Amino acid sequence: MGILLRRIAATLPVMGVVALLVFLLIHLSPGDPAALIAGDLASTDDIARLRATLGLDEPLWRQFALWAARLAHGDLGTSIFTQVPVTALLAQRIEPTLSIALVTMTIAIVFSIPLGTLAAHRAGSWIDRAVMVFSVLAFSVPVFLIGYLLIWGFAIQLQWLPVQGYARLADGVGPWLAHLVLPCVNLALVYMALLTRMTRATVLEVLQEDYIRTARAKGLGMLAVLGHALRNAAIPIATTVGVGIALLIGGVVVTETVFAIPGVGRLVIESVQRHDYPVIQSVLLLSAGVYVLVNLLIDLSYPLFDPRIRDA
Amino acid sequence: MLDEMSAIVGPSPSPSPAGGRGDDRAALPLSRARERAGVRVLRKHPTLVLGALLLLAMALIALFAPQLATHDPSDIDPLARLQGVSAEHRFGTDALGRDVYSRAVWGARVSLIVGITVAALSSAIGIVLGLVAGFVRPIEGIVMRVMDGLMAIPGILLAIAAMAVTRASLATVIVAITIPEVPRVVRLVRSLALTLREQLYVEAARAVGTRLPAILWRHVLPNMMAPLIVQATFVAASAVLIEAALSFLGVGVPGQTPSWGNMMAEGRNFVAVAFHIILFPGILLALTVLAINLLGDGLRDALDPRLARQL
Repeated sequence: MGILLRRIAATLPVMGVVALLVFLLIHLSPGDPAALIAGDLASTDDIARLRATLGLDEPLWRQFALWAARLAHGDLGTSIFTQVPVTALLAQRIEPTLSIALVTMTIAIVFSIPLGTLAAHRAGSWIDRAVMVFSVLAFSVPVFLIGYLLIWGFAIQLQWLPVQGYARLADGVGPWLAHLVLPCVNLALVYMALLTRMTRATVLEVLQEDYIRTARAKGLGMLAVLGHALRNAAIPIATTVGVGIALLIGGVVVTETVFAIPGVGRLVIESVQRHDYPVIQSVLLLSAGVYVLVNLLIDLSYPLFDPRIRDA
Repeated sequence: MLDEMSAIVGPSPSPSPAGGRGDDRAALPLSRARERAGVRVLRKHPTLVLGALLLLAMALIALFAPQLATHDPSDIDPLARLQGVSAEHRFGTDALGRDVYSRAVWGARVSLIVGITVAALSSAIGIVLGLVAGFVRPIEGIVMRVMDGLMAIPGILLAIAAMAVTRASLATVIVAITIPEVPRVVRLVRSLALTLREQLYVEAARAVGTRLPAILWRHVLPNMMAPLIVQATFVAASAVLIEAALSFLGVGVPGQTPSWGNMMAEGRNFVAVAFHIILFPGILLALTVLAINLLGDGLRDALDPRLARQL
């Protein structure tokens, strides 16, 4: 219990810094924040009025205190462009983004852990080489090029899958999944490269251990031995899954544009073009929050993988 | 000098007509020996050589873009819209009838400039902050907490947000991409600094009264160079990708500058009829990032095999 509380407490300064950075974003930029928000077509009067309504004439520390207090109550502010609360905007856009993220993670984990283990087991073989070449390529070829290659091949030439767009889960699992296949495979490739590489490296290291030699010597089958190895490699792999969340969130923004999916990623880009800063700030806070939360959960799950941590 | 060397290496082999392997190596003139060394590097670190050559090719394309281009990259020709590959237009034309090949050649400049400057800038800032965090105890906590916060925000999102509050230009793109890359360098420098701080030669330098800046400059920094160079190449690769992504999303380099990301964004609505608009800049982009990654992997293995686990 003590550990749990301490871990949760340790995330607070990180989120505090994130909040401060996000708040300072529009103040650190050169120029008047009110003019920035008002846009190029605003008159001096407009800017002055905006400054007053947004409280930008208050001292900086007071603005931050008020903003943080509202945040603590779950109030992310109001979109300047649509005049809708940001929480409502996000609620409309969150489903496609969450769907992509979850399906992508599932694909990546299901494929890369066996693949990485296989590569470690057959280290130096053609399978191992192929896996390593794949991971270097997946890190180098931009997400959006692969995305368009997938669209061109599977949607335009073969016509197996829809070209672009999104179907709500409420309208049926079939269409939902059909629209998710290409974007998720696309995004999973990068995530797979990271996970496969890490799995291969850690399993390879574990396979050198004495207890693995013992297990083999006593005649344990290869699958059981690899099971042993994988269990002992679980923690670094789980950590990589967590670190990869940042990669995943960043990738979603690009993928949503390639596949014309109206998710949070598109919302950010639209908001940049509309100078809608409360929305941009909220998305930054939200994604940092997700990143910190997922990593906290992974941290807390270590005892599940390794009883030695539980007993310590 | 030569005698000293042979004293260390052992007796120099006597030249024999039969010419055993070690023998003829010793008898080779210097230039041949150097050639041999080149072959040895290639055999031992093929990725390093491949990456370096590929990157050199890209650098030459960027440097000689005016000579290599067959058309003015911004010349609009409405009669030649969306044409396929031909002798006149090697990579076809885009929706405005501009020559995709000439634009792609010019686009190499943006990618390489961004890659190199972001790597240099984030290394410079990261080294200063990382050394401060590693050697000045009271400041360590503040610096590292800010870095933790920056790391929690996905890099592309942070760059997008930075672009949202500035006017789009090549310089602002570079700054926007540098911000999320700095924490990675700071973390590496600090962790290296924590180890180096305990080294006997650093302690000795302190004991004789050398000032901290001199210790850092003369004893600490040189011992960090290998991992820092490797890290810088990976930062460059990531910067090239993020720049292309920003331009692709329409929040990067202004539209009138040909960049690979811009070109791919302009081809977005013509995937079905003119896939070449996206394909060719995409391939060049992938090759460039691949070259930098291969170079980084090769440098890591060549400079310090122990690093292979850390990075």
